[in-house]
Amino acid sequence: MSSPTSRRGSLILLLPIALIVALLALLFVWIGGWFGGRGVTPQAMADTAEASGSPQPGFRRAHSKGICIVGSFAPTPAAAKLSTARVFTQPSIPVLGRFSNPGNDPHAPDNKAAVRGMGLQLKTDDGQEWRLAMNSFPFFASATPEGFQALNMARLPDPATGKPDPEKMKAVLARHPEIARFLAWSKSAPTPDSLANTRFNGVNAFRLIDAQGRERAVRWSMRPHAPFAAADPEHLKHAGRDFLAEDLGRRLAAGPLQWDMVMQFAAPGDVVEDPSRPWPDTRPETTVGTLTLERAEAQVGGPCFDLNFDPLILPKGIAATGDPVLHARSAVYSVSFNRREREISQGLARSGSAQ
Amino acid sequence: MNRPRHFNLLARALHWSMAVAILAMLFVGAAMVVTLRYREPLLDLHRPLGLAILLLALVRLANRLRHPPPPLPADLPRIQVWAATASHWLLYALMLAMPLIGWAMLSAGAYPVELFSGVNLPPILPHSPVMYGFLRPLHGVLAYVLFFTILAHLGAALFHAWVRRDEVFGQMARGEPRPARSNDVRDDLAPPL
Repeated sequence: MSSPTSRRGSLILLLPIALIVALLALLFVWIGGWFGGRGVTPQAMADTAEASGSPQPGFRRAHSKGICIVGSFAPTPAAAKLSTARVFTQPSIPVLGRFSNPGNDPHAPDNKAAVRGMGLQLKTDDGQEWRLAMNSFPFFASATPEGFQALNMARLPDPATGKPDPEKMKAVLARHPEIARFLAWSKSAPTPDSLANTRFNGVNAFRLIDAQGRERAVRWSMRPHAPFAAADPEHLKHAGRDFLAEDLGRRLAAGPLQWDMVMQFAAPGDVVEDPSRPWPDTRPETTVGTLTLERAEAQVGGPCFDLNFDPLILPKGIAATGDPVLHARSAVYSVSFNRREREISQGLARSGSAQ
Repeated sequence: MNRPRHFNLLARALHWSMAVAILAMLFVGAAMVVTLRYREPLLDLHRPLGLAILLLALVRLANRLRHPPPPLPADLPRIQVWAATASHWLLYALMLAMPLIGWAMLSAGAYPVELFSGVNLPPILPHSPVMYGFLRPLHGVLAYVLFFTILAHLGAALFHAWVRRDEVFGQMARGEPRPARSNDVRDDLAPPL
């Protein structure tokens, strides 16, 4: 064995070589998720969103209907004490964003949209970037991505009946009891009659890091200056398909629309990593800035369409928490973005006639 | 032509450190696209490691072009000579192309190319859904090509070390032998990754 001469080894030695190579290959494809299911993947969650309706190549897998918005963000002096992010010291930051409706139909009527989304991109003069993905619900449906996936699976129509199976939903609620709280909220909460008077919530907790390196767990929200007005259910029934966009256009023609960005601080003992459990309204809050929207435009051909509002694109001075839903959102948005940009690249997107 | 019997120290140091870095990179990449929970930390590792591999690959290419590698055994069948040469240049092409495609793809997708918190690389392509939609799948496909080329390279290296027992493996595992040393310890080396 120790001879360095050119005496050849037995061909039997091909066996351990093949074994080493095969084991490495197997390990790689296992890590890559080709076999051996290890729970919910971002691909599975995107598949479920796709299965909830007909294919919409080129569009987002969820929150597919949307409107691009353009404006600016101006921080308050109090903000700079909470975080070193440039977004809290630069006097005015250009904002590109997107309002969205839930579901995977980019042409769905607005009166079906009980919850709404607001995505924002803030680019500061130091080259840093902050992307936010907020929703009009005050807390998330589930504590975990697994619960959310189970909920969405249970909502899919059963192939036999064409309707969701109530037994499946019961099983999901038994395993993920926090979802019942969200379903109760969505049944009773009044829907605002406009995007302009809708409050948008970050839902997931983040950490603000100040100049001393001190970290504070926060949840942020955008609180509209326009007073809340609930949509009249009777009126909603006859509202036009795109009444939200039309209303937004009318209001923006009359003047800019504003929201205050408010940070809510966790108290010691508050659960930071569970987005289904909001903190009490009595927690201290600080207004860190004002968002001003100046104009809106159709998403197709608009600047917000091919942007992934990934909530983990954060500037220095703002960091993620371990909230598993936050990390899952980033992962699933990425899958959705990859799929739709590929469809666009392959010329499959039917976006020409879309709104 | 006066060719050395072993790869020079820089070539060997780069080979073994990049072997570790590239394998780690490939496993991180494969894992980060299917995980719901660890995408962010893996991505934060993937980008700076990718840039480091790109820079090391440039140094390595320059070193390779300036210092000819040791010759392959004279009795090596022609097909194996061809396979060795082709796979080596494919490995060079991929270790340079993969980081560049990753960087270009993030640029085309309008993503910030964050190296470390607070430090971003400039985009090397304009925002282009068409380019992103092409480059993103290409990055994934070429990662598998790179991984399986590395496996072939590993299999061939072990074949030289254990079956042919020629000088090929030693050329990368060791420097020029010193005449003063009498004991040869080469077979005590653990199998390489």
